[in-house]
Amino acid sequence: MTSLDTRSPLAAKTIANYGRPLWRRWLLSRESAVIVAVILVWVIASSVVPYFGTTTTLDFLLLDATPILLIALPMTFVIITGEIDLSVASTLGLSSVMLGVLTKGGMPIELAMVFCLVVGLLAGAVNGFLVTIVGLPSLAVTIGTLALFRGIAVGLLGTTAITTFPPFWQNLAQARFGLTGIPVVMVLVVVLIVIFALVLHVTPFGRGLFALGLSKDTATFSGVKVNRAKFIAFLLTGLISALAGIYWTLRYGSARGDNATGLELSVIAAVLLGGVSIFGGKGALHGVIAGVLLIGVLQSALRLANVSSDAINIIIGTLLIVSVLSPRILAWARRLRPSAPRQRK
Amino acid sequence: MTMSPNSPAPAALELRGVAKSFGAVVALASADLRLEMNSIHALVGENGAGKSTLVKIVAGLYQRDAGDFLLRGESVDFTSTAQAKAAGIAVIYQEPTLFPDLSVTENIFMGRQPTDRYGRIDRRAMKAEASQIFERLAVHMDLDRPAEGLSIADQQLIEIAKAISLDARVLIMDEPTAALSGVEVDRLFAVARSLRDEGRGIVFISHRFDEVFALSDTITVMRDGRYISTDAITDVTEDEIVRRMVGRDITELFPKEEAVIGDVLLQVDDISSTGVFSNVSFSVRSGEIVALAGLVGAGRSEIARAVFGVDGYDSGTVTLGGRRVPRHNPAAAMTLGLALVPEDRRKQGLILESSVARNATLSIRTKLSRFGFITSRAENAAARIWATRLQVKSSALDTLAGTLSGGNQQKVVLGKWLATEPTVLIIDEPTRGIDVGTKAEVHRLLSDLAGRGLGILMISSELPEVLGMADRVLVVREGRITAEIARADATAESVMFAATHAEEPVR
Repeated sequence: MTSLDTRSPLAAKTIANYGRPLWRRWLLSRESAVIVAVILVWVIASSVVPYFGTTTTLDFLLLDATPILLIALPMTFVIITGEIDLSVASTLGLSSVMLGVLTKGGMPIELAMVFCLVVGLLAGAVNGFLVTIVGLPSLAVTIGTLALFRGIAVGLLGTTAITTFPPFWQNLAQARFGLTGIPVVMVLVVVLIVIFALVLHVTPFGRGLFALGLSKDTATFSGVKVNRAKFIAFLLTGLISALAGIYWTLRYGSARGDNATGLELSVIAAVLLGGVSIFGGKGALHGVIAGVLLIGVLQSALRLANVSSDAINIIIGTLLIVSVLSPRILAWARRLRPSAPRQRK
Repeated sequence: MTMSPNSPAPAALELRGVAKSFGAVVALASADLRLEMNSIHALVGENGAGKSTLVKIVAGLYQRDAGDFLLRGESVDFTSTAQAKAAGIAVIYQEPTLFPDLSVTENIFMGRQPTDRYGRIDRRAMKAEASQIFERLAVHMDLDRPAEGLSIADQQLIEIAKAISLDARVLIMDEPTAALSGVEVDRLFAVARSLRDEGRGIVFISHRFDEVFALSDTITVMRDGRYISTDAITDVTEDEIVRRMVGRDITELFPKEEAVIGDVLLQVDDISSTGVFSNVSFSVRSGEIVALAGLVGAGRSEIARAVFGVDGYDSGTVTLGGRRVPRHNPAAAMTLGLALVPEDRRKQGLILESSVARNATLSIRTKLSRFGFITSRAENAAARIWATRLQVKSSALDTLAGTLSGGNQQKVVLGKWLATEPTVLIIDEPTRGIDVGTKAEVHRLLSDLAGRGLGILMISSELPEVLGMADRVLVVREGRITAEIARADATAESVMFAATHAEEPVR
């Protein structure tokens, strides 16, 4: 025994990396539960629901899920910092309108896309400025910009739609790889997923996001630039929402002011379903991806099974509440189970 | 429980063989405590000895796994803190939790506000009672100000007032004096004695032996979750108690060893922050431990925060090793070689819901990264070095920091800042609320660091610590440095005099 301190066996020289074995940490995690749920629903739906197992279904499922998948990435950042961004769907609509108006005015579509992304960054900067520098709560700020950005979008184009876009780009947005049913656009999605996952989980910046979501004070004392990190998160939601707007416009071949109205709720629902804590500081990106896919697969399967869209909404809404409640139910159940017989007289 | 006929009069509170485990971790193996009415009963033990768990069981926060819990001879099973409160048990925690936006008065009467005959809250009655309680405590308190921004000392006084207004028969004070200045401690003791003489039983938990011996009638020692001994305070000596607590002999205060005092590392020139502190100048040299002494609320922590950059300041400059430390930028200060171990380790030092490894490496996350990426492997390796060197008692590196005992939490915070390899370490209350054994370890560590050429600026409210450790003592009073006392001249009297007297010249 080289240690001078022999009072407690816990003070022995080595400290284990992990308190529980790998398989337990993995299997008992929230993220794994969602992944298992996706696979289960997929397998059941494939054998029960007619046409669900086809490549066409996969194609449409992924195309439909793409905008949510994209915006969920930066939304995860924002929610982990303990903030929220409700303006994403409006930014998407604004970007869509900008793309239509600019290309109709004769601008090459490639340049118009760059403009859209810049508009997205500006929208994110407005949110970031009001939240970090002015110090307003993000819930209030982004309810405001939700209306503001949507208002600008509808104001620019009224109730009309612009529907002429270069066929090359429109085809690209819907193309798939051979007979696989996997859309080409998934390449972009996968690249972005990898980038966001790396930034969140294996960079000092990502560590800072988690830290400030759990304790703003401790993060500040530890040299985390709290405001800068939050500002960047809002810039990213703006940028990626604008990107999703470009995709949306090309896929449906229509630039409209009311594109994707209400999509912010689907995004937030998927992020929370994927195990990200609404209070900040907790979550993982693979859980979020699984959350988006779970909603996508359920929607697709139920639609093919001729379940009405109202019923689908009820099912998904219930699922979200149950998923947010489940950790608490588990904790409650654990408390009920006595660790040793209580002595009572 | 049947009482045998020859048993003594029922105690205010009695625990026998109480045990509590969390999963595989045994927090309490077998705790005994017999608190008589009309008595102040000290409960001592190192951090991790099980005192906090015991308090939480009495408070109704935890339910015991085994053993007897009697209140005035009756067996009780609390399943909530409300039940414990209703039974006349009040706990004053080390770190009180008040409603920051409510006034002092509203906090005292939260949830049981007196009402008039129309059912409206009777503010007049509420305020009258509050002011009467504070009068009894001999404390000046603005009853209408919000609790937000009150010092820990003042917050505790509100908690005590709350307990008095509830007419609690059993008061448990969990290190109430840790954040109080000398005058406030005396006042608290006077109140505690009068509460005892009214027939209440008081459990007093403290790491300060002078206080324990000054105040208590009886003393119970715990170690490793077990009951060790109970004695009348007059029957035991401090040395004997310390030996029982740690199970071995120990020198409580480790005086600083001689170190070569080198060049000036940290130079603070005339910094001022309106309403907080003004015209503060001092320097810290290599190998030197400089203490900022003074009363709680004198502005010591605020000065430290401004120097490190967590808060801004209005004028003046800070330089480290000849290089300017930018204002209000902790990240830049860290790069230059400055580290700050903050006052409140639970809120400012640690992320309680995060693992030991993540906490220990948060400050060096950029240094640990390769090509911009940081891995758990690198974090665990770095964290293990400091966890081992500082002997953190934790079963694994992914243990949540919030589940560690206070002393071990402080070690993690220390490791987190030492990992940045600072040239100057600012440490605010290095041993607040930690046990004797760990205290000595921290003192030895600070002395060792100074011996290696580090400059240390230490803020401490414990005079023996200041006198034992510091090469120079700077006394802060109302936001100004009012005296500088060399080690040779520093006595408890000279420091306290400078801390409390404005006009008279010191020494």
